[in-house]
Parts: sequence; structure tokens; C-alpha cells
Amino acid sequence: MMPIDTEPGTGGQPLPAEHKEPPSSRVPAEIVMKLWRGDAGGGEFVEYRLPAEEGEVVLDVVHRIQAHDAPDLAVRWNCKAGKCGSCSAEINGRPRLMCMTRMSTLPPGEPITISPMRGFPIMRDLVTDVSYNFEVAKQIPALRPGPKPPEGYRMAQIDIDRGQEFRKCIECFLCQNVCHVIRDHEEHKAHYAGPRFFVRLAELEMHPLDTLDRRAYIRERMGIGLCNITKCCTEVCPEDIHITDNAIIPLKERVVDAAFDPIAWLGRKIRRRPSPMSASEVAALGAAARSEASGGG
Amino acid sequence: MTGEIERHEYDVVIIGAGGAGLRAAVECLAKKVRTALVCKSLLGKAHTVMAEGGVAAALGNVWPEDNWQVHFRDTMRGGKMLNNWRMAQLHAQEAPDRVLELEEWGALFDRTGDGRILQRDFGGHRYARLAHVGDRTGLELIRTMQQRAVSEGIDVYMECKIVRLTKDESGAVNGAVGFFRETGRFVAFSAKAVVLATGGIGKAWKFTSNSWESTADGQALALWAGADLIDMECVQFHPTGMVWPPSARGLLVTEGVRGDGGVLKNSDGRRFMFDYISPYFAKETADTIEEGDRWYDDKSFRRPPELLPRDEVARAINSEVKAGRGSPHGGVFLDIASRRSPEEIKRRLPSMYHQFKQLADVDISTDPMEVGPTCHYANGGVRVDADTARTTVAGLYAAGEVAGGLHGANRLGGNSLSDLLVFGRRAGLAAAEHALGTTGRPSLDEAAVAEVVSHAASFFNDDGGESPYVVHADLQETMQNLVGIVRTESELVEAGQRLGELTERAKKVSVSGARVFNPGWHLALDLESMLSCAKCTMLGALERRESRGGQTREDFPKADPELEKVNMVTRLSGDEVTVTPEAKPVMPDELAKLFEEAK
Repeated sequence: MMPIDTEPGTGGQPLPAEHKEPPSSRVPAEIVMKLWRGDAGGGEFVEYRLPAEEGEVVLDVVHRIQAHDAPDLAVRWNCKAGKCGSCSAEINGRPRLMCMTRMSTLPPGEPITISPMRGFPIMRDLVTDVSYNFEVAKQIPALRPGPKPPEGYRMAQIDIDRGQEFRKCIECFLCQNVCHVIRDHEEHKAHYAGPRFFVRLAELEMHPLDTLDRRAYIRERMGIGLCNITKCCTEVCPEDIHITDNAIIPLKERVVDAAFDPIAWLGRKIRRRPSPMSASEVAALGAAARSEASGGG
Repeated sequence: MTGEIERHEYDVVIIGAGGAGLRAAVECLAKKVRTALVCKSLLGKAHTVMAEGGVAAALGNVWPEDNWQVHFRDTMRGGKMLNNWRMAQLHAQEAPDRVLELEEWGALFDRTGDGRILQRDFGGHRYARLAHVGDRTGLELIRTMQQRAVSEGIDVYMECKIVRLTKDESGAVNGAVGFFRETGRFVAFSAKAVVLATGGIGKAWKFTSNSWESTADGQALALWAGADLIDMECVQFHPTGMVWPPSARGLLVTEGVRGDGGVLKNSDGRRFMFDYISPYFAKETADTIEEGDRWYDDKSFRRPPELLPRDEVARAINSEVKAGRGSPHGGVFLDIASRRSPEEIKRRLPSMYHQFKQLADVDISTDPMEVGPTCHYANGGVRVDADTARTTVAGLYAAGEVAGGLHGANRLGGNSLSDLLVFGRRAGLAAAEHALGTTGRPSLDEAAVAEVVSHAASFFNDDGGESPYVVHADLQETMQNLVGIVRTESELVEAGQRLGELTERAKKVSVSGARVFNPGWHLALDLESMLSCAKCTMLGALERRESRGGQTREDFPKADPELEKVNMVTRLSGDEVTVTPEAKPVMPDELAKLFEEAK
């Protein structure tokens, strides 16, 4: 049993090598799982032992513990199919979805530790307070499509391939969890969007119908400059979105272009007539963020 | 012990933040009414994210011959004519506009060569009609509307479970009482109108594609508030759920696999669906493999039987497995590997590829999948007015899976996402207009609020009662074994008796620990709603002495033309749930003609 704050984080560190054995029936007869139990005031790992069953994922084992030994064990989950991004946790120190981690891919015969995401405040057991993400979401300037042609909008598949990659995001927030800008510097959360929302902003910036110029906003209010492209976010993405290469780096380039080379940037937005965000729009988004503490969910 | 109760006042409170709730919220915001969106999970996690194949809308992008009349007809025939005709008409007429407006809010559907929205084939649809994004269309819908609602300033109350609705002296719904799962803090909302958008009931069955949230909350809230439910016996078992590994059993395998060319085979390698073409669909279904295979590219041929509506396919698989021609793990084989190239499979069905690879270690681009029926969808639900989504109780509206009528006895694939959009909007609009036309402020009956709170808190006791998990497991066994795909009177009567016992046990469960994020406590409360609706399903199944869509009676294997004319209405009478057959709305002649012409 050890307190959570001594658990080594993985942000920036090489992730432990994954056990590469193909799934097999070699899962040992007994599972030893150490779950972090506690709340904001502190807690500890509690060990549970239970018989192994065929073909299980980590979340199945957690559910069995809940049904038999610990009915009040707090854990988020919904779809159990890797589509909703609710069951994010750190499994043997590695940030992953519990529903998509097969027991047979973990080192056989060794205890398995499950701890809550370290990048967010703990609420209870494996459940963390991820409200930061929902506050950032309120500050993202929405799509502003140009006028609709009489025959409706047309978009070529090739022009939306990248946007579709970004829209695969299931908002598991594992990328936010491992991003060192916020994992180790809580104070940055006030002015930093984080990888998930750089993906969202990149999607909007590359959207074929969009006409809004968010470049100054992304630089000044979303903190794109703080990211030092260590790719930790990309490594943990369960949807294999190339967060760093396809979203963050192009976004950084655009923002820099906007500051130093407006012609180059305009070249990319060709066929569109971008209009910058007005001061009142920026203020409104800021107000949405500040209303966070006053409730409203 | 229960602490202070948090209070909020709104014009409209929407319960549920899946597709229907979000679409209702967007509409309420457009009407500038004060709107709260209350959801049991975090925003964006609702069961809609699991919808895979697409949203049905007669856009006519791939087949210009398609139009709302054809979609209407397909929907009614798929529902074995038990559908509310007016809902089916509005749905078919409005779905294209609802899909197109999503594009203006940022949705990126797959495209045709000329840059329009691509549409795919699905069971029961005459033409390729499903707008889609690979096989993650539900995620696209939920994210699009979530982002729209957030950018319009919606107030969201996440991880909040509603326990009961409140009513005023006139009997109109005027609020909702529940608690935040995260903190255990109780909350009371007062509202001029409440929209139910809580989704399905699948968690009452053992093998289901539904997430933990699908515990019949909205159906039960409506029932307890005095509203009518209809046709709760018509439960959809999706033909293709995963059957192995055991922990993944029930997980959905999209109908898009068959829409894109996948076929069903038994252990003899036979495409057995050709043996199960019912006379009802014989005229429009290919009876040779050659013809069925040509249909994908030429719609003048008839559709392969793998693309019959879901109820037909689920029953066929059930029969094959019972006859001993199943796959090693008790399903049948779904094979797309031998029919399409690996590249195409990975491109068209990326999340299926991922799901099987990750969970079952099966590569669907080279090997067949093992699949079998899984409890998927409540075709029945809260009785609503077609145009306004108003329930039979004033101030209460319902849209999406929680509402009944549109799908009749069986829903076609793709029609749920369009249902959410069309009726989510209509419910939001009607609720907003109701709120705008209501003067004064809603005032809650404080005694009733206190009663709900004390009831919810009562499960924390030292009475040594059972664990709610044990009662839930027994409920799932009961429904799976006795109220499953194929039903019979003796089993339904036995189910009724067991549900009575389970209801008594559920009242006495004990919960330990604190109220802060305590899943055992949440389950104790979810059990109440699941049990209430399980009774409605059992009673409807007993009373509907015929086989139609999602209701299959071994002892009444044929459809009864008289029962096509009635809904099985379940409602509370005192403390008891009763069932009454009541006449359903009669289709006007000009629409009825569509079915004659087709013959």
C-alpha cells in the first residue's frame, strides 16, 4: 500500500514497454489488482484478489470487484467499447482506457495497479474532477460557415480527411492528463487549452466552411506557444490521432505565420474570407470561462 | 443527514444529453428560453456515441429516386405497421433538413465524388440512405450538437440522476428532484416544462449493447408521473452483437457490415438468411445469391435477405443456433473478409476493425466475426403527440428512444439518429413554446421534494439488506431467460411473479459507504426504474397475443390483423401497472395509398 503522491508520473518519461505477447489463455488463475481508493484528502492502494476469467479487459475486473467486494468503488464508464472515453485511468502507471486494455496484454502473474489520472484533482477512488476540460470547451470559438450556396454546401472528401481524423476524438482527456504544461503546472490551466483543444482548434481552422480568424486568440488566450511538442499526448491517444504532427505543429505554424507572414497564411485560407473575432466575442468567451466558479454545471 | 438541497429555476429542464436532449437544448436556446440540460454522465458520453452505421434521411444524394414517401413506407413496413403514422411521416419529411443543418454546425460526413453527403445501404431501406462518418456516426452527431449547445451557452448539470418528477396542484409536471453523483448532493429543479430524453432500457437484460445508463429512467419517471407508455413489449434485439469473449458479449456490431456487403453464414458455411425470407418481405427480397449480390450496385435487383429488418434477422440467427448450426461460441458467422478488400474494410469500418482486433483478437479484414442477437433498443416508450412530443401529462415532453410510436414494432437501422434530430427539435420547440406561454413561476411542493430526498437516502441503512448488484443480476437473468427474443405465456407469467419478488427485494437493498460517487447507491435507484419498465414489457408481451416485430410469441407465431390496430398501453393505476389495448391513430387515405401502389 502506498499513497498516491509517491506514484511516479509518466508525463515526459518513456512509457513502460507494453507486454507484446499475443492474447492467449495463459492468464494466471488468480488476479491481484491494486486499486487506488480514497478522496481529495488522501488514500491508498487496496489489494483485491479474484479468480481470472477468459477474455477480460481491465474494466471487467474492476466491475467484478465492485459487484462483489466494493459496491461503493467509484469508477466512470459508459460504453465499454472504446467509444465514449469515460474510463481513463493509469494502469501500471500507463494512461489508458480500462475498457480497451485486455488482461492478457498485461505482464502475467504480476499485480496490476490502477490509479486515477494524475493530471486532474481526485474526487473519489478512480474518479477525477475533469471540469477543467469542459471550461476550456466553453472558450472555443465555434464554426462560422460562409453563406450557404443555393445548392447547399459541397466539400470534397480529401478536404475533410484531416478534420475527420480530429473528430475521432472521444474526449477521454488522456492527452490532457499527460501534457506537462498542465500536469506539473496547475497554474497554466488558466490560459492553456491543452492537446485535446488544440485538436479541436486545428479542426476548426482547417474546416472547409469556416471563415473565422482565430489566430490571435489561439496565440494569446489558448497558450499554443507553451506546448513544447514532446508528443506525450500523441503516444497516449487511444484513437491514434496524430495530435502533435497533424494538429499542434500546423496550428503553431499558422499562428506564427499570422504574426510574421500574413501573406503565407492568407494563401492557406484561400477561397475563404476570414474575419477576425471581434473584441466582444473574445470577451464573451472569457466571461463563459470565468462563470465556471459560479456553478451552472 | 441529507444536507441542504441545491435549487435551480428554469423555463425548460431537459433530462438526458444524448442526441435527443442535445437537439432539444439547441432548439430551446434558439427560442431564448432559460434551459438546463441534466445528464447522468459527463457531457458527450451518452449512449448516442455508440450509434455506428448512420443517420437515415432521404437526401437522394446517391439514389435520386429516393424521397420521403419511400422512407416513410420503409419505416412503416419495417415497424410492421404498428408505427404512429404521423410520427413516421414527420420523421421522413424532416430528416434531410435536420442532417443538413448539422453540417452548418461543423459535422463532417463522408462525401460523394461530387462533394455531397455520402449515403450507405442498411437493412429495410429501399435505397442507400444513411448519412455516415465511417462507423462512428453517433459520435459525430453528439459532438456536433454538444459543441453547438455549449457555444450557445447551455447550462449543463453533469453526473446528475433524476429520481422523481414533481407536479403542481393541476397535475402538470413542474420540476425534477435528484442528486449529483459526484458529490451526493441533492438538487431540485423547478421548470415550466420538462423534456425526457433519457434513452433506453437495455440494462434490464443480461446481453445488451446498452451502456450502464440505459436503465429506463425516463420511461419510469413518466410512468410514475401518470403518463402512458405504449408497446413496451416491442424490444429490439439487434441481430449482430459480439458473442466472444464473454466480457464483450452483447457489444454492438454495426449493421453497416451487412450494408457494406457482409453476409451471415452458419457452421455449414451456408448463407442461411435465404431460408428465412418471410412472405411479408418476399416480393422485395432476392431469393438467389446471384441476385442479392447484384443489388449493391443495381437497385433494380432485389435486396439480399441479410438486409431484412432486424427482427427478422435476429429470429433467424436464434433459430440457426438452436438448430445446432451455430459458431463455436454460440453465434453465427458474419463474413465481410471474403467479400471486400482489407483496405476497404478498414476504411469503411474502422471502429469495428479496432473493436474486434482489440477485444477478440480477430482481424475482420481476413476472418469472419462471431455474432448473435443482443438487446438493443426500446421500440415502445412514452406515448406522445406526434407533432409536439407532448406526453399525456401536461408540461412533460419526450423524445428519442424514451418515446414510443415512431418505430412501431421494430425500428430500422439508421432511424434512431434521425428520430433524435427530428423529435429532439420538435420536443424542444414545443417545450419552449409551452414555457413562453406559461405565466408565473413554478413552485415546488416542498413536502414532495422532501419525500423524494428521504426515499433516495433511505438505502443507506444498516438493515443488512442484499447488495443491489445481486438483485440487478437476477433481474437481468429473469428478463434474458423469460422475456427474451422468443416468448411464451407460461414464461411471461413466471417472469411476472419473479418481477414481483425482485421488486420487494429491491426495496430492501442496503448500500454502504458515503453518498459521494457511490455506484452501489446509484444502482439501487436505477433498479426502481428498470423494474417498473420490465413489468410494462412483461405485461405488454403477455397481452399482445401475436408475433409482430420485436414481439415474438412462440404460442402465437402469426401476426393478428386486429392487433395491428392497437397500442398496448401501460400505466399506473394506484400502485399497480396495468395494460390496456387502445386504438392507435388511423392513417389517412392519401398515405395508405402508398402501400397499395407498392404491392
